[in-house]
Amino acid sequence: MTQITEQTITYRQAVREAMSEALIKDDRVFLMGEDVGRYGGCFNVSEGLLEEFGEERIIDTPLSESGFTGCGIGAAVVGMRPIIEIMTVNFSLLAADQIINTAAILQYMSGGQFNVPVVIRMATGGGKQLGAQHSRSLEGWYAHIPGLKILTPATIDDARGMLWPALEDPDPVLIFENTTLYNSEGILTGNEGEVDIQKAKVRREGNDVSILTYGIGLQKSLKAAEELSKEGIEAEVVDLRVLRPLDNETIFSSVSKTGRAVIVDEGWKSGGISAEISARITEELLYYLDNPVERICGMDVPAPYARHLEQASLPQPETIVKTIKKMGGLHG
Amino acid sequence: MATKKKNATTKKKPLANKSKNLHLLKQMMRIRRLEEKAYELYTQEKIRGFLHLYDGEEAVAVGVIENINEEDAIIATYREHGHALVRGVSMDRIMAELYGKVEGCSGGRGGSMHLYDKVTNFMGGSAIVGNGLPMAIGVGFAYKRQKSDAIACCFFGEGAVDEGEFHESLNLASLWDLPVLFVCENNLYSMGMPFELAEAETNLVKKAEAYNVKGSTVDGMDVLGVQETSEKAIHYIRKKQKPYFLECQTYRYRAHSMFDPERYRSKQEVKEWKKKDPITTFTDYLKHEGMLDDDELDQLNNQVMQEVEASVQFAEEGTDEPLEDITKYVYSDSSGGEL
Amino acid sequence: MGKFTMPSLGSQMIEAKLIQWHVKPGDTVKKGDIIGEIDTEKGLIDIEVFEDGTITDLVAKEGEVIPVGSVMAVIGEEGEADKAEMKTTEASEKKMQKVREDDKQKSETKKSIAEKKELPSQRIKASPLARRVATDLNIDIRKVEGSGEAGTIHRKDVEEYARQRVADETFEKEADMAEHLSKVEKKSMRQSIAAAMSKSNKEIPHYYLETDIDMKATVKWLTNENKNRSVNERLLPPMLLIKAVANTLAEVPQLNGFWTDEAMHIEEGIHVGFAISLRQGGLVIPAILNADMKSLDEIRSDFVDMVTRAREGHLRSREMSSATVTITSLGERGADKVYGVIYPPQVALIGFGKITDRPRAVDGSIGIRPMLSTVLAGDHRATDGHTGSRFLEKLNNQLQQPETL
Repeated sequence: MTQITEQTITYRQAVREAMSEALIKDDRVFLMGEDVGRYGGCFNVSEGLLEEFGEERIIDTPLSESGFTGCGIGAAVVGMRPIIEIMTVNFSLLAADQIINTAAILQYMSGGQFNVPVVIRMATGGGKQLGAQHSRSLEGWYAHIPGLKILTPATIDDARGMLWPALEDPDPVLIFENTTLYNSEGILTGNEGEVDIQKAKVRREGNDVSILTYGIGLQKSLKAAEELSKEGIEAEVVDLRVLRPLDNETIFSSVSKTGRAVIVDEGWKSGGISAEISARITEELLYYLDNPVERICGMDVPAPYARHLEQASLPQPETIVKTIKKMGGLHG
Repeated sequence: MATKKKNATTKKKPLANKSKNLHLLKQMMRIRRLEEKAYELYTQEKIRGFLHLYDGEEAVAVGVIENINEEDAIIATYREHGHALVRGVSMDRIMAELYGKVEGCSGGRGGSMHLYDKVTNFMGGSAIVGNGLPMAIGVGFAYKRQKSDAIACCFFGEGAVDEGEFHESLNLASLWDLPVLFVCENNLYSMGMPFELAEAETNLVKKAEAYNVKGSTVDGMDVLGVQETSEKAIHYIRKKQKPYFLECQTYRYRAHSMFDPERYRSKQEVKEWKKKDPITTFTDYLKHEGMLDDDELDQLNNQVMQEVEASVQFAEEGTDEPLEDITKYVYSDSSGGEL
Repeated sequence: MGKFTMPSLGSQMIEAKLIQWHVKPGDTVKKGDIIGEIDTEKGLIDIEVFEDGTITDLVAKEGEVIPVGSVMAVIGEEGEADKAEMKTTEASEKKMQKVREDDKQKSETKKSIAEKKELPSQRIKASPLARRVATDLNIDIRKVEGSGEAGTIHRKDVEEYARQRVADETFEKEADMAEHLSKVEKKSMRQSIAAAMSKSNKEIPHYYLETDIDMKATVKWLTNENKNRSVNERLLPPMLLIKAVANTLAEVPQLNGFWTDEAMHIEEGIHVGFAISLRQGGLVIPAILNADMKSLDEIRSDFVDMVTRAREGHLRSREMSSATVTITSLGERGADKVYGVIYPPQVALIGFGKITDRPRAVDGSIGIRPMLSTVLAGDHRATDGHTGSRFLEKLNNQLQQPETL
């Protein structure tokens, strides 16, 4: 790993640095996707990479999500280490056949002969008034699929440190970057080094309630935790980081300590990852629970355009605070 | 329409190499007998799931794959027993796979539709129509980046032409000059949907040309025609580092899968096509050219039948994968337990 | 005809509240059947019947507090029961018809009442964690008041209940004690002691065994031990004697318990009562509970605490009533020997005189040793001299090895 010194950078820069590092370290790595080259990336994430690495390695594609995603998968099978960028998760549905019918299951149906070491990055999330077709959080939905690994970097360190281990992973890894996070600034501590992409991480310790979240939910949850702290309620905030395979150990250890679990997920509530986590907790920890598991999720509506409606449809720190304060047996 | 098709067998060039021709014939016979046996075993419930048989289309796989080098990759469909077999996957391992046994070429995990073999670069076995094309361009893309001489050879039916993945893949392959041979096995029906009812433009080469991909059409019932045309196509691909589109006009004798009342075509039509059977016509041709006599034919038949019987024996004696391995290969490090 | 009485489920139990009957008059019962549930100090307990028969009358009402031994139900013989039942059936057939008609008319209103009446059997809203903690703390979750939404019980509520219960018990016991003392005062403590002692003398055939125990080792050990202790933490001889007696009783349990119902009941817990004379006159005998299980330091602090509280009149009733054996020690200013009177229903009393230097033959020569005269008073109905001697011998051994106490 290149020397990382402590510095303030944006999430966007962190992703770019991670890609740059990977391109330097391993010539099997290439970046392929819509507008990743000349345009510099729809979210400006890959700005300058074309100039640095050339057209052989930074490949602009036509709007053929299935075609270029499948291309990355095929190349991965025969020895390359592609980073496929799908502009947003909404468009990934056009490539769902390749991701689900090939990448996720090729190794299994070939009896272990063909693994798929591809990394597919995509932007996810709502809250920017982009309407119903550009605002989804489908990472939990992808987490339904065995064979995929689902990462959701929520911090600068994770954005910087997750890509390389993902590329080294022999299996297909999907990385979901929340669009709202791209501009977020933070100190790259480098403490994470290469992130352990098997493990969730406790971002704030507390004994009263466990907030289980990921991605954009982390910032909201940390904010809520600070509010609650003023009232004497200490929330433990667990950044799930990996939605598949879920890190049961970290989840269970936190919830068994606090006896209360609140899951914060921007994705749709019904049948979402929040439901899965809740089910695991009740299956495993029923007799440790002092309250029913609570879920604060995206409402089951297509994203409305109008700002007040869209904001109301997404989890907010105030909702988290309110929900937790209503939980019984907390004070005293 | 079937009746419009030209019969190319009449325009055959003189043959110099008897052993090569006998080899082509034997390869087609191996496929036919394997498929016939598979059908029989299916009725005996030895084989389950979907079973898509290749009877009638043998000349395509045999003709094309004859020109494929060892380092090249093959990406095929769910009607791929024949492709795997002539690529070099043993009949034993194919039959064991149909039986769902560990000794099968996909370890019993794939079944009829998902034959894989890493040793021979046989990459499926994909049962989603059109799904293999993007993978093929990816393989071609990698070979090109790896400065390899290898090509990706992708088989698909004419139904795949209707899928977006066909168009995306041909465009990308052309755009990026990828070494990919697109072989369209046009057997006139995508399941029950007749070709001319599915295509606004039935000239498939035109579609390829729209993406600036060179292409041609060949009689898929004529093994020599397929072999010669694909040989040129592959030469072009390797030399120019560009994709090529080859349409092979052929016909499947059997149902789409096993359970198919075949309401979409007449018995007469099947009968007509069987007159152009690639094995019969090629046998007649070789006899006519003095390259094959009845004894030699019997000998070939016996060899193939022995191979088929041996493969059944092999599959019958195969092992069931232990249940505790069920989660193995979900991930590279999966060995069981929670996922 | 048999009478089913409130069972005694332990020597401490004097009464219990009937929570509910599982039977009604006319029901046939078999020996071993659970016929009801009572609430005792130790929690809810099922009560079982000990004979076959038919319930002819339920004397005790649900919710009523019934003293041990009081009749709760009347059980008739089986044959008799059938007849009784049939008779009732025939005689009241017409009456019943009328009742049924009335019922029909009232059915609607009754239905809603019935529904309301079923409410108490509804699920208690308690978190799984709260239930688990309640089980661990041996708390009946039904008694806990929930603070959560719609009265949901959370862990916090159970834990608070547990704390409150301890406090309540203490308070109740202290209240009992205050009441007891005031009663005693009215009657005069002297009188009540006199009554107990007369009863003892009248009913208990005492036997006495005495021995002199060489206390040199103990005194020496005690002196050394106390060198390292602050004044407040010093050990006194009675504390060692209590511990030694308790340890010895663990080995000779026949002397630890009660003579009741013409039989000896050996008690598991060794609760050593020791007589404290009050300044205002009179005597109380609190007990150090489970003295054999306690360390010397625990006994010391219990002892100090009890003497203090005894003199302030704050002893708890459980401490007052639960001694399974009694020690009396007249201390430094007392007599050399004490021939005590057993406190019924206990079966033994150990009297210690004061420690005096006396000549004694040790290892073939005469030496002056600190000797403790020890007298065991035993109830001859419960034990005999042989057991008593064994006790004294073992007690002596204990006191020769004070470091093991």
